[in-house]
Amino acid sequence: MLKPLNTAAQLGYRTAFGLFELPMATAQKLIGIKRIAWMFLLPNLLIFGLFTFLPIILNFFYATSGGDAILLAHRPYVGTENFASLLSCTDYLDPNTCRRDVFWRAVYNTGWFVVLQVGFMVAFSLLTALILNRDIPWRGFFRSVFFYPVLLSPVVVALIWKWILQRYGLFNAGLEDVGLSSVDWLTDANWAFFWIIFVSIWAHMGFYTLILLAGLQAIPADVYEAAEMDGASRWRVFSKITMPLLMPTMIVVLVLSLIRAVQAFDEIFVLTGGGPGSATTLILQYIYETGFASRPQLFGLAAAASILMAVVLLVLTLLQLRVTRGQAEN
Amino acid sequence: MLWSFISRTRGRNRFDLTDWLTWGYLIFGMLLMFGPVLWVAMSSFKTDAALSEYPPSFLPLATQTAMVKGYDKPLPLYEITAGEHKGSVLAQIRRIGLNAQMVDPAHPDEKINVKIGDRQPKRELTFAWDNYSKLFKRFNFMRYFWNSVFITVVATVITVLFNSMAAFALAKYKFRGRMVVFLLIIATLMIPPTINLVPIYLVVNELGLVNTPWAVIWPAVATPTGVFLLRQYMLTIPDDLLDAARMDHASEWRVYWRIVLPLAAPAIAVLVIFSVMWRWNEFLWPLIVLNRSEQFTLQLALNAFQGDLQTSWSGLLAMTILTLLPITIVFAILQKNITAGIAQSGVK
Amino acid sequence: MAVVELDKLVKDYGDMRAIHGVDLTIEDGEFCVFVGPSGCGKSTLLRMIAGLEEISSGELRIDGTCVNEQRAAERGLAMVFQTYALYPHMTVRENLGFGLENIKTPKDEIRRRVDEAARMLQIGDYLDRRPKQLSGGQRQRVAIGRAVVREPKVFLFDEPLSNLDAELRVVMRGEISSLHRRLGNTMIYVTHDQVEAMTMADKIVVLKAGLIQQVGSPLDLYNRPANQFVAGFIGSPRMNFMAMSVTKVESDGIVVADTNGRSFTAAVSPDGVAPGDAVTIGVRPEHLEIGSERGHPVTVETIEQLGGESYLYCKDADGHPITVHKSGQTKIKAGDAAQVFLPEESIHVFKKDGTALTRLRIGEEA
Repeated sequence: MLKPLNTAAQLGYRTAFGLFELPMATAQKLIGIKRIAWMFLLPNLLIFGLFTFLPIILNFFYATSGGDAILLAHRPYVGTENFASLLSCTDYLDPNTCRRDVFWRAVYNTGWFVVLQVGFMVAFSLLTALILNRDIPWRGFFRSVFFYPVLLSPVVVALIWKWILQRYGLFNAGLEDVGLSSVDWLTDANWAFFWIIFVSIWAHMGFYTLILLAGLQAIPADVYEAAEMDGASRWRVFSKITMPLLMPTMIVVLVLSLIRAVQAFDEIFVLTGGGPGSATTLILQYIYETGFASRPQLFGLAAAASILMAVVLLVLTLLQLRVTRGQAEN
Repeated sequence: MLWSFISRTRGRNRFDLTDWLTWGYLIFGMLLMFGPVLWVAMSSFKTDAALSEYPPSFLPLATQTAMVKGYDKPLPLYEITAGEHKGSVLAQIRRIGLNAQMVDPAHPDEKINVKIGDRQPKRELTFAWDNYSKLFKRFNFMRYFWNSVFITVVATVITVLFNSMAAFALAKYKFRGRMVVFLLIIATLMIPPTINLVPIYLVVNELGLVNTPWAVIWPAVATPTGVFLLRQYMLTIPDDLLDAARMDHASEWRVYWRIVLPLAAPAIAVLVIFSVMWRWNEFLWPLIVLNRSEQFTLQLALNAFQGDLQTSWSGLLAMTILTLLPITIVFAILQKNITAGIAQSGVK
Repeated sequence: MAVVELDKLVKDYGDMRAIHGVDLTIEDGEFCVFVGPSGCGKSTLLRMIAGLEEISSGELRIDGTCVNEQRAAERGLAMVFQTYALYPHMTVRENLGFGLENIKTPKDEIRRRVDEAARMLQIGDYLDRRPKQLSGGQRQRVAIGRAVVREPKVFLFDEPLSNLDAELRVVMRGEISSLHRRLGNTMIYVTHDQVEAMTMADKIVVLKAGLIQQVGSPLDLYNRPANQFVAGFIGSPRMNFMAMSVTKVESDGIVVADTNGRSFTAAVSPDGVAPGDAVTIGVRPEHLEIGSERGHPVTVETIEQLGGESYLYCKDADGHPITVHKSGQTKIKAGDAAQVFLPEESIHVFKKDGTALTRLRIGEEA
């Protein structure tokens, strides 16, 4: 069965080669070997320009125009009105006093979400990585166990937990079994917020565990042996050898998870829909609902909100660059 | 045997507290990571009746029934646990208060009264394959599956082709502007597409792609991650090989296609894994650009399905399992390569 | 078949000039070796001939035709790379056939040529293996085979033996030489190893910092080095240099004296020197005679006794290291004071600018 498949794959590879060879060889003759690089770059740059660079610029036009038309020509220029509308609050600590109260609720939710989700996830990832780095049998298997949820789609993840957490679900049955009373987990504001954090940690921690584990395994064994010869205790080995050597990896993990937490959306949207009320609405969901899901579609407001989010991400990335550069200089 | 394997520790013979904690954590972790999926898998084989049971049972059990002469419908079977008929299996005709009127299937004429506390439903393992077959019959599952496969495969092929061409140019040619192009591409690593939802939608709309698979494919194929990953790998391919091929009458395209691409296979495999994962699981962007249900990907269909109040959990659970199955199978086969590849590149 | 002419070839990398106008003619069928220390530009020069580096100015002609603008493959050359550059994902047979396949050679012609090359290089047994499964020597043969099947006008070798161990290097040296005898092609060979140059070349080109120092046959270079650099580079162990001054100039030689006042006569042409000039004297280790009188005083520091021959590493009063080669064994011990005698017909004299005075009589040729 594999052989015809293999032959077919080879045939496909050769056909694809032939398809591109003539135009590329002609191009090489025409523009010379020095500039052929641009021919190789062309398709990627074209897509890049169209779907990345151009939109970055267009985003500012949307953010400074009003109305619900998608075509820029039909959108009146409103200056900074969208930003002003998003940022107008009597008391910034109380979303109810803000003109766009859902936006501010989403901002606060996102803030809490980022701090708690990243904090706990990195802690658990580190713990798991340390345990997997011990000399245990079936290490490959256990590594895969913790990694498996990473591959699941956010919709699947959300549905799995929705099924377990529903009113008559497994979790409540278990609670009643030990004599506790059941709870409507996803319709209680505080519990729902707890569960979106829990579920997104469940879904993503395997990825960071894997990176941290790779970082741990990159620490040469002789360093540990030297420490053992020096009579260092386990705690001292961990705090004075493992952690400092793992720091570069830790920073990568922290920044990656921060950037992704700021943009969390998928699982939460399916799991709670942002509810109850707007208790679990995060910033990206606000953008999606303002721009696409509700009528009229307030593209300008959505674009303005996304630019504010971009600023936060930019600060986070610059912070990373700064910290990693500081590390490199040490 | 097994114990000595598990209790194997480096250089120490004693199985100490940290080993206990380690194994406790690992087993708890395994339950936490696999348990929910397993639970959903089991639930997906339950009938609607079994699903509404509370407290739920782990295995998909269903009460057995039997046709008894003189009754039109099949009757549920019970095992009698106490009293006069202890040990026998009877069929229940109806419940009257605290008593049940029952009948022995072997003697259909004789009615027996049993206290309801004295009987237990006789249950056995029954897989409700019906949950799955319904998806194919009543619900256009294959359509969504095909949409997802089409988007995933086409986007991955184009991603690999375009990204590797760009990576080749950036890794193996010295030309004016190379650094600028490279930095530009790297800079977009910091600007995730979620920031630009509105203007990307405009572009896709203007190109007339909304509600076609291409609306999902085109914006996604020029991944900066892919270009970066492949470029870094291609830098390790010695230039001598390329020169040797040039001396061997190879055109630049042939150098790329016959030498560089096959040699970059390990990095390409990693990119393929990423791309498949990204496209198969993608949710927000398809949600924005695919509005007609016949264009839905599996993820969108699943989401629409769960939002639909008419939907029963039985169908939804079966569909959840079908959606996670392909990825799970691929992972089971390629888990070593996948984890190693991701650990090396540190991107997702 | 192929005459390669280099006419004022120049290579610039930005503001840096790597090759400073090289003029050279390599005759048909000649085995020409470019030799020099690393960074001297010898590989760059070879890659310019191959067409892998652009020529900044000057002209490269093969058989009288200017090939500056031709692509690497069109010049009819084949190259063996230092790293062999075998395609790791192809079998040996595919490696050999790749170039022919690219110019759409018929399949059976490819097969015939590959088999022939494989027989010639004794790699017939490995044709279905991948490069990874071969030893260093086998890879080397495949790399040469890949050049052979192309039936090129000129073979180019870029330090092909530098990745082999010493023993294998000797074997492959012999094989490349016999390949040259059999095929009779023009071959250009780059190396930093003067032993390879001496043993294989018809013509050696010594390069330093992008400039040709000297062109000639191996013995020419050994006997009549044009300057102090070539004298030091060719020959192993390297030539001893001592600072002396000219005391007397005659038509059939000059007399030089060291700081201790010991004088030696050198059979060199006196053109361009006058009494009182400071010069550098060069004598090869194998021509020095060590004894206790009449010579340049030295202190013996280390001795290597190899049984059949001995090397004495000494230092003279000015601190110059002096190596003496002595056939047979020696009774001299480390720490001994001794004197070395400089035979008249073995002395090289270099002026201040490094150029050599012409030797009038050459002891080695006797």
